[in-house]
Amino acid sequence: MSFAQIRYRMSESVFPHMALLAYTAVALFPILLIIINSFKTRKAIFRAPLALPNAETFSLEGYLTVWERAGFPIYFRNSLVVTLASIFFILLFGAMAAYALSEYDFRGNTLMGLYLALGIMIPIRLGTVGILRLVASMGLVNNLLALILVYIAQGLPLTIFVLQSFMRQVPREMKEAARVDGASEYRIFGLVLPLVRPAVATVAVFVMIPIWNDLWFPLILAPGESTKTVTLGAQQFLGQFVSDWNAVLSSLTLAMIPVLILYIIFSRQLIRGITSGAIK
Amino acid sequence: MQSSSPRKRKPFPTHIIVFLAPAVLVYSIFMIFPLLNSLRLSFLSNETGTFVGLQNYLTLLTNDLWADRFWGAFKNNLVFFAVNMLVQNPVALFLAALLSRRTLRWSSKYRTLIFVPTVLSVVIIGFIWQLILSPLWGIAEGFMNFFGIGDLFQPWLGLESTALVTISLISVWQFIGIPLMLFYAALISIPEELIEAAYVDGATAWPVFWRVKFPLILPTVGIVTILTFVGNFNAFDLIYTIKGALAGPNFATDIMGTLFFRTFFGQQLQLGNAAMGSTVAAMMLLIILAGVLLYLVGWQRRISTYEL
Repeated sequence: MSFAQIRYRMSESVFPHMALLAYTAVALFPILLIIINSFKTRKAIFRAPLALPNAETFSLEGYLTVWERAGFPIYFRNSLVVTLASIFFILLFGAMAAYALSEYDFRGNTLMGLYLALGIMIPIRLGTVGILRLVASMGLVNNLLALILVYIAQGLPLTIFVLQSFMRQVPREMKEAARVDGASEYRIFGLVLPLVRPAVATVAVFVMIPIWNDLWFPLILAPGESTKTVTLGAQQFLGQFVSDWNAVLSSLTLAMIPVLILYIIFSRQLIRGITSGAIK
Repeated sequence: MQSSSPRKRKPFPTHIIVFLAPAVLVYSIFMIFPLLNSLRLSFLSNETGTFVGLQNYLTLLTNDLWADRFWGAFKNNLVFFAVNMLVQNPVALFLAALLSRRTLRWSSKYRTLIFVPTVLSVVIIGFIWQLILSPLWGIAEGFMNFFGIGDLFQPWLGLESTALVTISLISVWQFIGIPLMLFYAALISIPEELIEAAYVDGATAWPVFWRVKFPLILPTVGIVTILTFVGNFNAFDLIYTIKGALAGPNFATDIMGTLFFRTFFGQQLQLGNAAMGSTVAAMMLLIILAGVLLYLVGWQRRISTYEL
């Protein structure tokens, strides 16, 4: 091999992998460090933080503290209820509205599309003072329903925007054929929905993560012990137990695991979603 | 738009109302109405509820008690945004350029792994870095010792001079996945022929990137910039998690989001103030709208987009 060839090989394959591996390590190291140390004794956490737990240093004391002291099972239930209910209604209402906007040429269609798209750029948080007043006047403070309603409003603009462009691609002939056969408009919506299933799945993952991870609205609308979500619960538990390293590391690990598992399952949809949205 | 057909002649058929109503209702009641109500509150006195015009805005921008905090938070937010623009987006572009090489193996594995921090809660990320940078645990110091620069270690998150930049870098570390994916998507959608043509003409990788690929992905650069801007001027969770609502030390990490929270929710000796809170939120809205307008008028109109 000539020198030029070696240089070419280096720049073509060795250098990119070195850079990418280095950055992957930077991205994952802090997370792995926390998980590894959550399974060790307090002594071992400080003496050899980089070592894997072995028979001598293995310990679950942090997990026991978390289990006894914090209401994590309740927090998990709350997060699940809020996230799943929000996602369900975001997708249902979003798909319905996207269908109306893409299918019918009614007066004010464009204006309605713009109105619903406002929320993509304007963060819903800026209306928090108004939201808190509204929720208080409805008697929904410390009620998961308040979170669900706010998250539906937060998720709708992007969902409608994305689904609209996918629904436009559904061939007209199919819908017209169904109309000729006497199908109602609702029935035709039912026929179109399965055709955009991949887009719906992508949007679902996409709006789910910010809802599960949100700290702001649980902190303001539902800070009560029985309505705390995992994110808020973890934040407050960690604040109280700063000096109990085992408990802190284990609760961090517990809070990460469900998201990491979901991510492993859905990463392809998620990444495809971001990339397909970007090409537009 | 679709061609007209008989069924569209009716002004408003019921099924369209049925399809639109749930989304429009929830969105209007829980997003648009509270936003407008907040704007209205920013023109009222907090004590008496009477109309005071722009008084709250004047207080926020000029009163000694408020103006220092407001301009401090605004300046810190600009620094936060600058660090994101100067570190996050160039590094993301560099990694995306490597990942989009067609001959690269394991590209999707790298993408999946590098994106992991982005899906985790900011609360978790904040605590992880607090632990790692803690002088008590000494992980960061140990690492620096390994490279022979241990003397440079400082409790960065605790020092007034370094806390803000450190937190900005943590934010960069977490969210780099998003610009990375956007750049990646734009880069792989460039037709292969274009790039090959450039190589046939004798160009090398570096000029091909800057002269051929980069101009083609300029629209994405704009989108990434505006997304970063909106996200940064709306940030709150990371600073609240690491520093609390007081955004210490001595307000060194206070940004618009933490100022907003403190103002309307109250904190220790300070009572919550809905009118001033609404005023801060209205200022945030103005800043974000100004950014979006600047993007739409000053950037999107001027750059030439190429049909690919």
